[in-house]
Amino acid sequence: MITHHEVLETNEMIQHENLDVRTITMGISLLDCMDSDTEKLKTKIYDKITSSAKDLVKVGDEIGNEFGVPIVNKRISVTPISLVTSGHGQKGCIEVAQTLDKAAKEVGVNFIGGYSALVQKGSTKGDIDLVRSIPEALSVTERVCSSVNVGSSRNGINMNAVRKMGEIIKEMAFLTKDNNAMACAKFVVFCNAVEDNPFMAGAFHGVGERDRVINVGVSGPGVVKAALEHVRGADFETLCETVKKTAFKITRVGQLVALEASKRLGVPFGIIDLSLAPTPAIGDSIAEIFHEMGLEHAGAPGTTAALAILNDNVKKGGVMASSYVGGLSGAFIPVSEDHGMIDAVNAGALSLEKLEAMTCVCSVGLDMIAIPGDTPASTISGIIADEMAIGMVNNKTTAVRIIPVLGADVGDTVEFGGLLGYAPIMPVNKFGCEAFIKRGGRIPAPIHSFKN
Amino acid sequence: MKGIITVVGKDSVGIIAKVCTYLADEKINILDISQTIVSGFFNMMMIIDLSTSGHKFEKVENDLIALGKEIGVDIRLQREDIFNSMHRI
Repeated sequence: MITHHEVLETNEMIQHENLDVRTITMGISLLDCMDSDTEKLKTKIYDKITSSAKDLVKVGDEIGNEFGVPIVNKRISVTPISLVTSGHGQKGCIEVAQTLDKAAKEVGVNFIGGYSALVQKGSTKGDIDLVRSIPEALSVTERVCSSVNVGSSRNGINMNAVRKMGEIIKEMAFLTKDNNAMACAKFVVFCNAVEDNPFMAGAFHGVGERDRVINVGVSGPGVVKAALEHVRGADFETLCETVKKTAFKITRVGQLVALEASKRLGVPFGIIDLSLAPTPAIGDSIAEIFHEMGLEHAGAPGTTAALAILNDNVKKGGVMASSYVGGLSGAFIPVSEDHGMIDAVNAGALSLEKLEAMTCVCSVGLDMIAIPGDTPASTISGIIADEMAIGMVNNKTTAVRIIPVLGADVGDTVEFGGLLGYAPIMPVNKFGCEAFIKRGGRIPAPIHSFKN
Repeated sequence: MKGIITVVGKDSVGIIAKVCTYLADEKINILDISQTIVSGFFNMMMIIDLSTSGHKFEKVENDLIALGKEIGVDIRLQREDIFNSMHRI
């Protein structure tokens, strides 16, 4: 029988430590919607999404209510759109983006991911059309999220695509300059992208997936921080055990919610993404965990080690709590979505270079980082190339979601609103890399022997 | 289906009586009950069996929330599964 103490502990996590299920994401394959006629394609896509996900928000809210745990977001991921719109040209791609936006609004989800292309080895005509359409597509829609996978450990890095990414990020920033470059916040560049990620902006429904699937992303940095408060000053063994036990409990809630959602929606359960995803709220921060571990600020020497401990033990604790683990799984380190990270940047403790080092051991990469609007496209491509190289060599997913804000410079702050938070503009290394990026071609896949 | 009711708030006469009266009227059986007072604050937990109630979970939950407001305490109803999941392997 459940004890009074256990009930109090769970409700303390929910009410005071920001425990929530961050997202229930329904993956929907659009491969069976393909049609040579753009109008028919759009109709099929709209009908499939709105019929598959018509109860998603209602069921999510019901489950949240019955278990007494907030389910913050209900979202949809779809097949990488470049596969579906191939042959429809750039205009067709944009029309499909608007269809996705309309379908998302109809079913009430706040984001729909998968306006994506996988070009790690090379691009088809359909991929090129989609990639070129991304800036306009993200500026004329509200809820569509986009991603491009430009590298993998198996294939190397498509540097033509990396060059193009710098250009389209600048274009997106220009097209949404009156809205703090919002389009850039909905766009991610990946190396080793995963097919079952439930988190935005990088979610898409991979081609190896079944027709429809329920993936759930858990969260709870505040719960980990609160647990660590009880072992302040203890050794690393105690620290790691505490993180593991907490991650287990958090993940079990995610597993329960995922199974219940799967049952009620009649859609198979896919994976739990064991992530610590911060929000701008106080007490829901990864940087606060670092502080609790003993660092004055995120970015201080020791931060990479602290993040490695956190990431590894979240996985160790979470894996046993769920029957299927997948997605990105680990700790996210977005700047704008974590008030502790923002404070660290403002205090001069956290630089872009330190964040890059941290991405070697975190779950994803450079995330929600605002930079000066006059940063050249080649420099953005250079930052992306560095991040992709970390992913490629280390066999991990890395990503870049970077936001050049036109008219803003170091010292300014931009507001994105809601879960996306606000961000101080971070300084970028001023030395050029244009000739390097201009080379074009592909970086060959790395050797995975002789590890040093 | 089993549910957990938690009642937290300032202690006063008749809190348990009012919650139990509601449950009895709705034909909901109480399986376990525990209560403590911490610094004058009333803290109660009940395990109940909802299978005999003719109402949906949501209706019972909303009724309890309304009852809590009436008597000035915070009442929550949650399915037992979340606690079992988190605290039992």
